[in-house]
Amino acid sequence: MREIALHILDIVQNSIRAGASRVEITVEEDTPADRLRILVCDNGKGMAPEMASRAVDPFVTTQPCRRVGLGLPLFAAAAERCGGWLKVESKLGQGTKVEAIFQYSHIDRMPLGDMRSTMLGLIAANEGLDIVYRHKVDGEVFTLDTRELRAELGEVPLSDPLVLRWLDEYLATDPREKLVTAF
Amino acid sequence: MPKVTSLEELRKIKEEAQKNLRVREQTGTRIIVGMGTCGIAAGARETMRAILSELERNAIQANVSTVGCIGMCALEPLVDIEQGGQRVTYGRVHPDMVPTLISEHLLKGQVVKEWVVGKVNPDR
Repeated sequence: MREIALHILDIVQNSIRAGASRVEITVEEDTPADRLRILVCDNGKGMAPEMASRAVDPFVTTQPCRRVGLGLPLFAAAAERCGGWLKVESKLGQGTKVEAIFQYSHIDRMPLGDMRSTMLGLIAANEGLDIVYRHKVDGEVFTLDTRELRAELGEVPLSDPLVLRWLDEYLATDPREKLVTAF
Repeated sequence: MPKVTSLEELRKIKEEAQKNLRVREQTGTRIIVGMGTCGIAAGARETMRAILSELERNAIQANVSTVGCIGMCALEPLVDIEQGGQRVTYGRVHPDMVPTLISEHLLKGQVVKEWVVGKVNPDR
């Protein structure tokens, strides 16, 4: 994975597989504290404590068809090689919270990357999923809440091509996007 | 802030989209993109984005969804096109292949044989 945005997309797929109806994605860029924090919280089926504590082990997976699960271990390794860490907290029947911390200025920290495509893909392919995305950059906050958009749209689905085009433009108004695409 | 991004603009889009709604509900076309860790690492997000923009450009109504790893990691990004009971799996679908895939398979009804890695056809 070359971007943190790709890891986020991957971690949210876990939430979807866990039957979540709501996912909250928070990206916090705190340059004075030299810290990047990624938080993915869902209301999926959660994990028992023994499973949650082993979730970053690449040889642990819930899938019967294969013996490895690399999503969380890769994300954890990315955080750890940047002076950070990754933590999985989960409650059976309630949901899971994945938190990752990176040293912001670390030479090995991959760029946040294309959050616009990550969000667009998630929204287009998961009609029934409520997604809240918050991107905080020092003082500034960009927010996208699909429930607010749905309330506005009524019977028109978020995956309608016209709506997706609007969403893409809206995501581009994240003040950080201008910096991201400059790379 | 550009005009297109205001909520007011979203309301206008809603009215326009409502007219197409009936057509959309009748579509039986499904496009499924492999979005497991292996798919994402191989570029599935960009493939997905290319599919969405190509569908919009050609005004094709289809339901786009994602699926996790199905065990053919080396052939990711995998894209399934399901239409009229036939399901075709394409492998190593990179964004530059998407316009051909959409125009041949969805517009002309021709399966792009050289990119196929699997097929489910109830008639055969």
